[in-house]
This record gives sequence, structure tokens and C-alpha cells, in this order.
Amino acid sequence: MSDHQLRVSKIRNGTVIDHIAAGQALNVLAILGIDGSDGHGVSIGMNVSSDRLGRKDILKVEDRELSQSEVDVLSLIAPEATINIVRDFDVVEKNRVERPDRVSGLLSCPNHNCITNADEPVETAFDVISDGVRCNYCGTIIHEGIAEHLAVE
Amino acid sequence: MRHDHLISAAQLSRSDVEAVLDRAGDVADDLGASRDSCPGLVLGLCFFEPSTRTKMSFDAAAKRLGGSTIDMGSVESSSVTKGESLADTVRVIEGYADAIVLRHPSEGAAKLASEFVDVPVINAGDGAGQHPSQTLLDLYTIREEHGLDDLTVGIMGDLKYGRTVHSLASALANFEVSQHFISPESLRLPRSVRFDLHEAGAQVREHTDLEPVLSELDVLYVTRIQRERFPDETEYRAVAGEYQIDAETLAAGPDDLTVMHPLPRVDEIAPDVDETDHASYFQQAHNGVPVRMALLEMLLENHG
Ligand SMILES: [Zn+2]
Repeated sequence: MSDHQLRVSKIRNGTVIDHIAAGQALNVLAILGIDGSDGHGVSIGMNVSSDRLGRKDILKVEDRELSQSEVDVLSLIAPEATINIVRDFDVVEKNRVERPDRVSGLLSCPNHNCITNADEPVETAFDVISDGVRCNYCGTIIHEGIAEHLAVE
Repeated sequence: MRHDHLISAAQLSRSDVEAVLDRAGDVADDLGASRDSCPGLVLGLCFFEPSTRTKMSFDAAAKRLGGSTIDMGSVESSSVTKGESLADTVRVIEGYADAIVLRHPSEGAAKLASEFVDVPVINAGDGAGQHPSQTLLDLYTIREEHGLDDLTVGIMGDLKYGRTVHSLASALANFEVSQHFISPESLRLPRSVRFDLHEAGAQVREHTDLEPVLSELDVLYVTRIQRERFPDETEYRAVAGEYQIDAETLAAGPDDLTVMHPLPRVDEIAPDVDETDHASYFQQAHNGVPVRMALLEMLLENHG
């Protein structure tokens, strides 16, 4: 194990999300709804050096394994991320994230005139396209800065 | 055409378009034959935004089919001002009508409405989004004049907020049409429309001036540049003037150039164009009734 990875201590059980684009670690936590309030240990490494990405962020979340829908969501802002499930200090699963076809209820539409921004009883839905994500209602494409449109509190 | 609703021109394949236009041709050839083809039809007209022409055109279509219409009236006088959601409004009207025609100021409104009701929903304009029934009558008009393949179409004006433009561009991508978009830089096509055209492999070029492409065009589709899109009157004047045409402008174009406009026009087409053979916008508006009759018949057939 190289030096920079040692900056964040090893965990016994939980998930290590590695190769997050530099600066996106806090957005990833926001998406996953992790704020430390449930008492699980959370370690954050930001701007650590990486052979693959130059600079990257890394997260270690103790006693928590990600669900598939959480992984889908993660893929939108951290497409290069790898997810390592750790049990008893061993990595038992190592997965790359995969982009889903659609995400629902996760992003808000940047088009202020979109019907999903009116007071209607619907969840937003975005199709994942080569160019970014696209609102299923008004067609608006979010090309970059997807994390800025996260509909998380 | 196998659709329950007409929400966006993007849902229409080439064969869908041809099926509606063929049917509309039959209707136009013999208006009497379609009279009473939908006896008892009750069409709900839900216009959350004023629109005299589109509303009257659907009203006429329903009545010529032997049906009738119900109208929620102006937004000011309806429960919408009390804060009722669109989802609630259409669920109530679903109980009164066999199909709903919806005009709404927000993009995506018709899509949302279609998710809450079982009766067919026709998008009659959602904000700066789509206006697919207008597109069908536009295509009908173009087909009458030139056919729909091996064609060069120029679309000029407010391409950013122009819903008729978004629908038309998307539908034309089904055909062998070279599309030229002419607008001020600030009002060029939105990214989403350009993305769809690119994905469809459409031949597309963008310009800021009409003059260099005019001689290549079979059709020039003009739309209005709205004053409210500009921060001040001077800026609007400077831009809008560049996109106005008159008989003299068109003299430099092909003899069989067809000039279209979704109407109402303000001053983007000078009255002297009306006297030329180029003017097709009134015929275009008239075509709305047979096209909407065909569309209603087909959606109701699909609905069983
Ligand atoms: Zn939207």
C-alpha cells in the first residue's frame, strides 16, 4: 500500500470509495446522505495524488455497504470511482461504477420553467445520455456540473 | 400511428407522420365523409395560456367530427388561481372528456398530464417546449407544396424559445431534409434540440444571416422574435429588424420558395409578401382543421 493511502486509516468493515474526481468527495457524501450523524466512522481524503487521475478524493465509510441504487447515483458525479467492500479488513468486492439509464428523484431540473419545478406531485427523472443527463419532462440537458443540481437536503 | 398521447414531435416516426398526413389528406378531400365520424366525442380544451387560433382549430375539428368541446375557460376564472395543481386539474377533467388538449406555460406540462390520466393528451404547446400538432399541419403544408424529401428548409427567428421550431426540426429529421437555422446568436437552438438533431443524423447548419442561404431554400419558415426576450427596446429593435422579410427580400430567392409562419405574425413578414405566390401561411392555418381531425380520429381509435 502506498503512502498516500495510509493517510486514511484502514477500516474493519464498510465501504471504500476510491478514485472520486478531486473535489467531489463532499458531493458524494451528500448524495449518499452520509453526515456522520448515525455514529459510523467516516474518513475523507481530498486531493490525494493518484496515478490514474492525478488528484483524487477517497472516502471510507465504516459499517455501511452501498446499495445498487446508491452506486448508480454515484456514477453520475464520480464515473471513475471504484467501490471496495471491506469485511474484516479484507476487500471482498471491488467494483467500478456503471452509469444507469435513468435516475429518478435525485436531481432538480435547472430549467426554472420546467413543470417539475412547479408544485406538482411528481419526482424528477433524468435519462443518462452521452452528453450528460436529460430531463424527462422538459428535455433540458445538464452537460456539466451535475452535482450542483442534486436535490438532496 | 401507435401512440396514446401526442406529447412531442420526437415521438413521431416517419411512418407516424405519413399516416397522419395521409389521413388528413383524405379528410381534406372530403370533409363530409368525416362528419360525424366521432359522434358523442367530448374534447376537453385546457388552455392555461391564451391561444385563439389553436383552441379554435381544435374546437372546429372536434365539432366537424360530430363531437363537442368543453372549455375550462380563462385561467383567471378557474380554480388554478386558487393553487390547484395541473395533476389535479387534468384528473378532474378526465372524468368529463374523452381526450384533453393542453396548452400550458411550463415545459413538460403535457408529459406530466399524460402520466395522470388515461384519456389521450395532446400537447398544444408547453412553454418553450413543443407544439407537435402545429408541426403536423406544417408538414402537411410542406408536403402539399414540395413533398417531404430532397428538400432544403430554412427556419428563421426565435429558435431558442420557439416551440413550433423545436417540434418542426425534430420531425423534419425523419426525412431527407437539409435544415438551415437562421437566428441571432442569443436565440439559437437550445442544446437539447441540437443534440436530438445530431443523434438523428440530420443535416443541419446554423447562420446569423438569411441572405447567404436564401437562394438554396425550398421553404422559409419564419417565427416571431419576442420583445420580452430582450433587456431593452433598442436591443430588440436592432436584432428584430435583421429578421424581417418583405417582397423585395424574397425576390432574391427561388421562384417556388414557400414562406410559412405559425401565426400570429407581427412585423416579421411585411404585408406585401401576402400578394406573392410565396405566401403560404394562411393556407397553413387552414390545414390545421383537417390535420387535427385526422389526429383526433387516430388517437381515439388507438384508445379503443
Ligand atoms: Zn426539466
